[in-house]
Amino acid sequence: MITLFIAVPLVVVLILNLLPRKLANALSFWCGMALTVISGVYVLTTSQSSWLFGFDPVKRILNWEIVPSDLSAVMFVSIALVVFSAFWVGQYLFSDKNRQFIFNNLLLLCMVGMNGVVFSRDLFTLYVFLEIVAASSFILIALEKTKAGIEGAFKYVLLSAIATVLILSSIALLFMTCGSLDYHTVRACLTSGQLDAGASRFALFAVCLFVAGLFIKGGIVPFHGWLPDAYSSAPTAASVLLGGIVTKAAGVFTLVQLAQNVFGFDKPSPVLLGFGMLSIAVGAFAALGQKDFKRMLAYSSISQIGYIIIGLGSANVFGVVGAIFHIFNHSVFKTLLFVNAAAVEKQSGTVDMDRLGGLSNKMPVTGFTSVLAFLSTAGVPPLSGFWSKLLIILGVWQSGSPTVAIIAILLSLMTLAYFLSMQRRVFFGKLAAGLEEIREADFRALVPAVVLAVITLVIGLIFPWLLGTFLVPLESLL
Amino acid sequence: MTISPNDFFIFISLALMTLSALWAVMATDILKSALGLALTSVFLSIVIFLLGSPLAAVFELSVCAGLITVVFISAISMIKPEGHTRGEDLGLRRKRRLKKYLPLPLLLVIAGILLWVNRTGLPVSPPPPDGSPLTMLEVMWDERRIDLAGQAIMILVGVFGIVVLFKEYMNRKGSAD
Repeated sequence: MITLFIAVPLVVVLILNLLPRKLANALSFWCGMALTVISGVYVLTTSQSSWLFGFDPVKRILNWEIVPSDLSAVMFVSIALVVFSAFWVGQYLFSDKNRQFIFNNLLLLCMVGMNGVVFSRDLFTLYVFLEIVAASSFILIALEKTKAGIEGAFKYVLLSAIATVLILSSIALLFMTCGSLDYHTVRACLTSGQLDAGASRFALFAVCLFVAGLFIKGGIVPFHGWLPDAYSSAPTAASVLLGGIVTKAAGVFTLVQLAQNVFGFDKPSPVLLGFGMLSIAVGAFAALGQKDFKRMLAYSSISQIGYIIIGLGSANVFGVVGAIFHIFNHSVFKTLLFVNAAAVEKQSGTVDMDRLGGLSNKMPVTGFTSVLAFLSTAGVPPLSGFWSKLLIILGVWQSGSPTVAIIAILLSLMTLAYFLSMQRRVFFGKLAAGLEEIREADFRALVPAVVLAVITLVIGLIFPWLLGTFLVPLESLL
Repeated sequence: MTISPNDFFIFISLALMTLSALWAVMATDILKSALGLALTSVFLSIVIFLLGSPLAAVFELSVCAGLITVVFISAISMIKPEGHTRGEDLGLRRKRRLKKYLPLPLLLVIAGILLWVNRTGLPVSPPPPDGSPLTMLEVMWDERRIDLAGQAIMILVGVFGIVVLFKEYMNRKGSAD
C-alpha cells in the first residue's frame, strides 16, 4: 500500500527526470494516469486487511505502521479522482510540452504528500507531509509566473507559514504534555482525565493552536484570505487540484481525522458550528458578488467547507458521516466545475462572466455537466450533494442546534442562487459578442468532465445502497 | 527568584536573537536581511545548546544558519535586486518599519517572560516507559524513519521548485549575455 501510494509516484518522478526530455514528456502523462487509476481501483476493490498484509516492501523499510479505515479509503479515492482529472486538464491547457511535464511532476509530488497525510498516525509525520503538500502547491500556483500567480502563491506561503508556526507549536506543547505524538497515545492522554488542571489547560491551548492552523490550511472564515487569490490566480489546471482536493486533504480531512481520533471531540462543538456557519454565510454572499468564474468557485468552496465543519461540529453519527461524505462529493463536483472553468477559459480566452454568455449551445457537454455539478453543490435531489447535505443537516438538528440547521438550509438556497446566476451568465441566454466561432472543448477536458458528472449522478442514485454498505461503517469513527 | 548563569546566557542569547530577527525584518537590503536571519539562527542554536540539546543545536546551526543562508545568498546573487533608496528617506522608512514590526517580538518577549516566571506550572515531558532515554540515532533511524524520508521528499520538492521557478529566468539571462 505504501509502496504503491508513496514510493512508486516518487520513483516515477525521479526516473522521468533522468530520462531524455522528449521521452519523459510523453511518458509523464501516461504514468500519472496509470498511477491514479491503479490507486483508485486498488482501494475500491481490495479489503482493508490486505492494506496491512499485502506485498509492501517500502512499509517494512520505513518501519511505518498504517491503520486502515473507511475514512482513509474515501480520501484515497478522492485524491486519485481529482489528480486523474488534473492530469487531463493539464494536458488540455498547457500547450508547452515542458510546462506539461513540470506540471505532471508536481501533481505526482503533491499526490505523494496528500497520500502521506492520509496514512499518518503521528502528529509530526502529519506535519511533514502537510508541508510537502503546501510546498508543491506554492509552485503550482506560481507556475505561470504571472504577477497575479506570484501574488497568490505569496499569500498562500505567508498564511501557510503562520499555520506551520501554530501547528508546530501545538505539536511541541502536546509532546511536552503527553510524551508522544502518536495519535493513539495522545488521544489516551487527552481523554483519560489523568492530566492535572494546569496540564489540561496547556493541552487545550495546544489543541486550539492546531485547530487554528488547520482552519488556515482549510480556508475557513476568517482564515480564508489566501484562498480566493490562490484559486483564481493559479493556472486553471492547478486550480482543479487546489479546489478539488488540496484544501480538503490538508485542512478539512486532517481536522476530521484529528477531531475524531486524537482530540476526542465527542460533544457538539459551538466553536466548530460557529466557524462553519460563518464560512457558509461569508462564502455564499461573497460568491454572489463575483464576476470571475474561478473566484466565484473559490468562494463557493469556502461555503461548502463550512457545511463539512458544521457536520463535524455536531459530533454525532449523521453529522460526521455526512461531513465525510460531503468531503468526497465536494471533491467530485468542485473538480467538475473547475474542469468546466478550464474548458471555458481555453475556448473563450476569458473567465470574466460579464464577457461570456450563451455557451451551452456551442459547448453542450460542458454546459450540461456544469448544470449537474451546480445542482449537486446546491443540494438538489437526487444528486450526491443532496444526500451529504441532508445527513449534515440531520446531524446538526439532532445535536440540538435547529437554528443552525435552518440557517444552513436557507444558505443552501443562496448556493442555488449564485450558481443559477453563474449558469445564466456563462452558459444560458444570448451568445456573447465575439464568441460566434467558439467550439466545444476537446476530449482532454471532456473525459474528466463526463467521468465526474457520471459519478455525481450515480452516487446520488445509489445512495440507499451506499448508506448501508459504505457510509454506515463510517459510524465506527465515533 | 534567582537566575543561574545558564539562564542569564539564555536570556542574553534570546535578546540578541530578537534584535537580529528585527534587523532581518527591517533591513531594506535583502542581503542584509538574509544575514540577519542567519544571525537569528546562530543565536537560536546557542539557546538550544544551553537548554541541553547539542545535536539539535548543531542541526539548527548547520542547516538554518549555514545551508539556508547559502541558498538565500545564491538566489539573491541570481536576481540582483535593485536598491530602494531612490526618492525616499531611509531613516523614515526604518522608523515606519520599526513601528510596524516591533509589537510582535515585544508580545513574544512578554509571553516568554510570563511563561518563564510561571514555569513551575508547565508540564514536563514524561520519561520513556522503559526508563532509558533513546539515543539520537535510535530516535532518527528507528522511531522517525518515515519523517526522515518525508523530509527528503520535502527537499526534493524544494529543489524542483527552485529549478522550475528560476530556470526560465536563468535561460533568459543566459541568452541576453
